[in-house]
Amino acid sequence: MINKLFEQDLQVINVGLSSFADSIQQTGGKSLQLDWRPPASGNREIGMNLAVTVNDPMIEEANRTAHDRFLSAQPILMGVEQAGRAITGLGERTLLHAGPPIEWTRMCGPMQGAVIGAIMYEGWAEDQDEARQLADNGAVGFSPCHHFGAVGPMSGVISPSMPVWMVKNQDQGNMSYSNLNEGLGKVLRFGANDASVLERLKWMESVLGPAMNVTIQELGGIELRPIIAQALHMGDECHNRNAAASSLLFKKLTPALLKTDLPLSDITQVLEFIAGNDHFFLNISMACCKSMLDAGHGVEHSTLVTAMARNGVDFGIRVSGSGDAWFTAPAPMVDGLFFPGYSQTDAAPDLGDSAITETAGIGGFSMGAAPAIVQFVGGTPQDAIAYTREMYHVTIGVNGGFTLPPLNFESPPAGIDVRKVVDTGIAPIINTGIAHKDAGVGQVGAGITRAPLECFEKAIASVA
Amino acid sequence: MATSQRMIKNLYRDSVSLMQFSEKLRVLDGIKQASAVMATENNISLLVEAGLLTNVISPSPNDLLIVVEGKDDSSMGAALDSAESMLKQKSTGSSEGEVRSVPPRSLEMSLESMPSANFVLISTPGEYAAAEARKALQLGLHVMMFSDNVSMEEEIPLKHYAHEHDLLVMGPDCGTAIINGIPLGFANVVRRGDIGVVAASGTGLQQVTSLIDRFGAGITQAIGTGGHDLKSEVGGITMLQGIAALAADPATKVILLVSKPPSPDVMKKVLEKAAHSGKPVVVDFIGADPASLTSGNIIGVRTLEDAAIASVNLSKGDVVQKFSSVLPNKYTALVQPAKNELNKEQKYIRGLFSGGTFCYETVLLLNKTLGKVYSNTPITKDDEIPDVWKSLKHTVIDLGDDLFTQGRPHPMIDFRLRNERILQEARDPETAVILLDIVLGYGSNMDPAGELVPAIIEAQEIASKKKRKVIFVGSVCGTDSDPQNLSQQEAALREAGVLLTASNAQAARLSAAIVS
Repeated sequence: MINKLFEQDLQVINVGLSSFADSIQQTGGKSLQLDWRPPASGNREIGMNLAVTVNDPMIEEANRTAHDRFLSAQPILMGVEQAGRAITGLGERTLLHAGPPIEWTRMCGPMQGAVIGAIMYEGWAEDQDEARQLADNGAVGFSPCHHFGAVGPMSGVISPSMPVWMVKNQDQGNMSYSNLNEGLGKVLRFGANDASVLERLKWMESVLGPAMNVTIQELGGIELRPIIAQALHMGDECHNRNAAASSLLFKKLTPALLKTDLPLSDITQVLEFIAGNDHFFLNISMACCKSMLDAGHGVEHSTLVTAMARNGVDFGIRVSGSGDAWFTAPAPMVDGLFFPGYSQTDAAPDLGDSAITETAGIGGFSMGAAPAIVQFVGGTPQDAIAYTREMYHVTIGVNGGFTLPPLNFESPPAGIDVRKVVDTGIAPIINTGIAHKDAGVGQVGAGITRAPLECFEKAIASVA
Repeated sequence: MATSQRMIKNLYRDSVSLMQFSEKLRVLDGIKQASAVMATENNISLLVEAGLLTNVISPSPNDLLIVVEGKDDSSMGAALDSAESMLKQKSTGSSEGEVRSVPPRSLEMSLESMPSANFVLISTPGEYAAAEARKALQLGLHVMMFSDNVSMEEEIPLKHYAHEHDLLVMGPDCGTAIINGIPLGFANVVRRGDIGVVAASGTGLQQVTSLIDRFGAGITQAIGTGGHDLKSEVGGITMLQGIAALAADPATKVILLVSKPPSPDVMKKVLEKAAHSGKPVVVDFIGADPASLTSGNIIGVRTLEDAAIASVNLSKGDVVQKFSSVLPNKYTALVQPAKNELNKEQKYIRGLFSGGTFCYETVLLLNKTLGKVYSNTPITKDDEIPDVWKSLKHTVIDLGDDLFTQGRPHPMIDFRLRNERILQEARDPETAVILLDIVLGYGSNMDPAGELVPAIIEAQEIASKKKRKVIFVGSVCGTDSDPQNLSQQEAALREAGVLLTASNAQAARLSAAIVS
């Protein structure tokens, strides 16, 4: 190898003093200046742990396996069922929530509001005070959605009676779940819990859920990746913009729904509800991403990130080769635009399981496909493409099942590699809605944020 | 605070761009809140809830509604006017803009832009250098670590890894190297030829390669090992690899090794490797007895200059000349005129060096003829200078010592410290000779003569006030292809009265002859 070097053109990557790169060029050599900064925020120990993982054959092989399983997933929407029946092992008085584990007392405003709402919805308590007492006394269990193969946007609270989408990965057989989207405004996921919210949830349980289930049965299941692929060609990135995907789903559902023997009044209500919500597909998009990523989870030594999730207090990630561990850091604030009358001071920190979309390579990672929402980040379509391009540097590969027209039909970057995030200091980008910090106010804006590097730095120690 | 509103008929903007637009209005003078929306029923009720709309108006979804809250009518009126004109303006934003890209932030990322990269030059702070080197090696790239302050605990596993994978790790603390004709770090622009160099000393490497160039030959590779390589703990891994590579390299005819004497076990391994290289090997283990090294294909020498001469002899197919410790004839004529300038009190040499190896070689040579020489690179503990800031009898100081470079650039770059010291020595009535090294090449100061000459002139002024003259002796390490140009630098120094020799060794001998 050393003698081979003597026969080659010297091509130097220069790490440090840039004058060295210049003098190499002045004397006829080739050099490339690295935009270097101490990796791992200057923590030497993590930096060295990281170094030994770079190009490690065992990790490379594990990542290929994990990435293949992730991309080979064939998520099929199988139906809708109440969470308590669909999700095995869900305790009788357990509520699922977004993000990494968190105790009741530490939960952010919107999540506490949603918990109180869910307790009343389940009939475990008569009113807010009683509900709060139950939570205070530990009479209700809490667990992250992710621990049960589930994902939920914003506070992500799922209770046993709520209907959930059931998605099966035909390739590996794993199941994933998400609740049904309630629409905008006063909704449980933002912590609203008044009568109108609970009434809507009851209707979703008794009418919407069963209607969706029979419709999906009528269709014999719905393949989800083709819908996302098509929506990416229609200006969605399937996290912050789901207008196209929701319409595509609506087209699929409507004829089948009309073939069922449901009363026309129910059918009308259901169709009106779906038609009125551009984010109806979001929860399905999330369950689809969860289905794919769970397939890639559990490969020993793999540094593939299989979940990024926030509970409004902590941001957490999970890594394929690190089992059930969460690597957490304080949830960041979101840089974005606010609805009339609201500003940054009203905002809750980053919240929800919806960053599962970015983890799977859509959402912010496919921003280049969604110029219509790029203004949320104060930018141009070129900025959107730049965000997507930046993410290629932190992913193991691309998602070949999808293509992005504005990027000459390149496939989006997919499958975050913990090592690359720590080594480059490029934090994964996330498109997201912004919740009001107080329970029940709802969405107050939308924008972008980045996953905290600290989570990835902590993860490195566990894989090195 | 009051509110004001305006409806613009038949103007559609999507909600996101309107949110962005509202942000712009919010920062206008005297405006507290602003919102621009399509006048849908839903938006109107949102504005009412937010307190921005005091009167409920009937929806007209094709029209654009702007509401502002501000301190007075005039500021709100102005804001609404400018809002309307901004909305009616054509977009000035280019749709063909460049997509910004991220510069490479990691070695792996660099390989995306430079896929056939084969070498990494690391000059980060020492605490991070080992990690970068490790990554480079694991990516199959050869490494030069210019960075210092890397511990041997970190160096050893790197070198073992490199050895197992047939990769080169030059350094840590490798200041210079020339690979495939490209100078790396602090290095001179040297003609290509057939002499391959492996050196543990940075300035040693610069001296031999520059002299080889000066004597009309050239080099294939000049491999630096870093200062720890030949210690027992490291075991000379890089030097052994370097010898093997040069032995196998068809372009290399002569091998030249430069180092302070290695630890005995490493010395044995190195000489064995050299003996089996199948090529003539010139060895300067600075301070070691040349005769103890010479055997078979190995030729031991005493000075860096002798090392260069022997290598050039071999390169040209000549017989290696006999070396002598006596000052060559061409310099002897300089001795008496210099002696004549000195008074009786002026007895001592004051060597002010920027290169550690130049300093050490000088100490060794002066010690032979003059006896005790104080230094911060002493031969024995006894010769250690008690106070580095103050010369004592014959004193030779390495100003590149860590002690002097804390928080200050290296003296090859920044001449202030050396110039101050020159003046200090000129004030000392016992100073006879001020002995200097001047190092050219990439990385060094772009005009060392220009930095030194004013100090030399000032020093002579100080001395002449006391009816003295100080003799300046020096050597310039460099080539005519260096950015500073050897000939021009030498001319400027001669002009200022500096007695120049071709090599560091001869400068030491000339100085010794002047004070003897």
